[in-house]
Amino acid sequence: MEISGGLTTIIPLAYLASAVLFILGIKRLSHPDTAAGGNRLAAVGMLLAVIATLLERGLDYTWIIAGVAAGGLIGAIMARTVKMTAMPEMVAVFNGFGGAASGLVAVGEYLRVSGAETLAIDSGVSIMAGTLIGAVTFSGSMIAFGKLQGFVTGNAISNPLVKFSAGFLLAVALGLAVYLIGFESNLLFYWGLIAAALVLGILFVIPIGGADMPVVVALLNSYSGLAAASAGFVLENNALIISGALVGASGLILTGIMCRAMNRSLANVLFSAFGTGAATAGRAADGDRVATPIEAEDSAMVLGYASRVIFVPGYGLAVAQAQHRIRELADLLTERGVAVRYCVHPVAGRMPGHMNVLLAEANVPYEQLCEPEDVNPDMENIDVAVVVGANDVVNPLARDDPSSPIGGMPIIETDRAKTCIVIKRSLSVGYAGIDNPLFYLRNNRMFFGDAADALARITEEVKQL
Amino acid sequence: MEGTLLIGLYVFVLAMFVGFELITKVPPTLHTPLMSGSNAISGISIVGALLVIGRAGDAVLMRWIGLAALILATINVVGGFLVTDRMLQMFKSRDAS
Repeated sequence: MEISGGLTTIIPLAYLASAVLFILGIKRLSHPDTAAGGNRLAAVGMLLAVIATLLERGLDYTWIIAGVAAGGLIGAIMARTVKMTAMPEMVAVFNGFGGAASGLVAVGEYLRVSGAETLAIDSGVSIMAGTLIGAVTFSGSMIAFGKLQGFVTGNAISNPLVKFSAGFLLAVALGLAVYLIGFESNLLFYWGLIAAALVLGILFVIPIGGADMPVVVALLNSYSGLAAASAGFVLENNALIISGALVGASGLILTGIMCRAMNRSLANVLFSAFGTGAATAGRAADGDRVATPIEAEDSAMVLGYASRVIFVPGYGLAVAQAQHRIRELADLLTERGVAVRYCVHPVAGRMPGHMNVLLAEANVPYEQLCEPEDVNPDMENIDVAVVVGANDVVNPLARDDPSSPIGGMPIIETDRAKTCIVIKRSLSVGYAGIDNPLFYLRNNRMFFGDAADALARITEEVKQL
Repeated sequence: MEGTLLIGLYVFVLAMFVGFELITKVPPTLHTPLMSGSNAISGISIVGALLVIGRAGDAVLMRWIGLAALILATINVVGGFLVTDRMLQMFKSRDAS
């Protein structure tokens, strides 16, 4: 008795310690130098929580070892082999798995309590919330994964029927939940609730366009945290509640940042089916405006004798696999005494911060990475801004024309730099489907071609200077 | 019982505030590792999965549900922390590279 009495104190204390480790771990993510250590601290916290749980009596270790071995192996292989460009898919899948795990915990608990008694109101509410959130997170994440991967159409599917069905299913799920808590526990109704929630998750993500997936992945990240927290309510376990709340907050903040970076409300992202197609095809080939082309030699001249240069990379850079090429050019310029920075727009990659990871992978030192707010106030003093594989995020219409589809979206104002060079295959429009007046400005030059090839040619020419 | 739910809510709300404070200090450069790392933390449901297996007793279905939850949560935890570590190793200072 004495030992088990001790354990009932030790286990919750261990959970508290692991929550503290999570908090300290996230705190260390505030700087690239301490971030890796922070992540390891959080991993230690997780290990501690697992060990504490294993001290509970009555656990079946064969099943546990089998489950941990299988999951650990799969997780390790996925983490080792995933390409950095595929990080959004990976996070989407993991969000889904986390949501499913939390949901299954609620299901398991329902099976345990439903046989014996009618549900107590508080555990009933927790179980139903855990089931609902977990199931929606799982199926929604799988659809988001499909859209990112291209299995599911990236187009926004806008259909009044989708909205109606989603509303109807939500009402059904909530109705079933109320019935299960208030009247009788009925296994068939409970499976119905799960099915409704799974379909609801699908209908929630299906209407959202591929270009908006970063927001959705961030939001699902938040849901996976809330799912874990509700599993914590189900089990009356504070470790789950705290961790879930931390992740829920993180996802919400990132969702807010992404929405602000596009100057759209969350409701607009979720329900307005942005990017349904080429409805707003731009007038890219306007006859009366002339875009001035530039070649490698002249580009090298302008860059080689500049004193301050910024690179503005967009996802097109990663598509062209040109991260290493841009870094080679930047290194060469740095050797010549040019101050080089990379200005990364929050929506430049396929998820928050994605472009920074891709540049870091190409050995770009993090001191050279900066944000639009760091560069814009001082843009007049930038000698050359080189835009590679980006379009909408440097479109001055966002600033100058409030009625434009991207009106009000924060941009990197490369049009105010002394010279701007845009490396691009053609004058075609970007995601938003609108023309970019930057291309026709007097201080702008168009370098037509593939990003990797163009950067390599400029680099060669700079070496000749 | 009412008491535990209420305490849980207190903990939840306060932890949310801590989360908001912490995460607004993470620079945009590190938002992807933040997402994958916090994602790994949401794999804390691994604890729940262990408890479900532990409480299953002779209930076969519950045991299998616990096992499925355990596998998924472990993938989430192990994969999430490892991939975050892999990414963070790439962020190097100019002096280091």
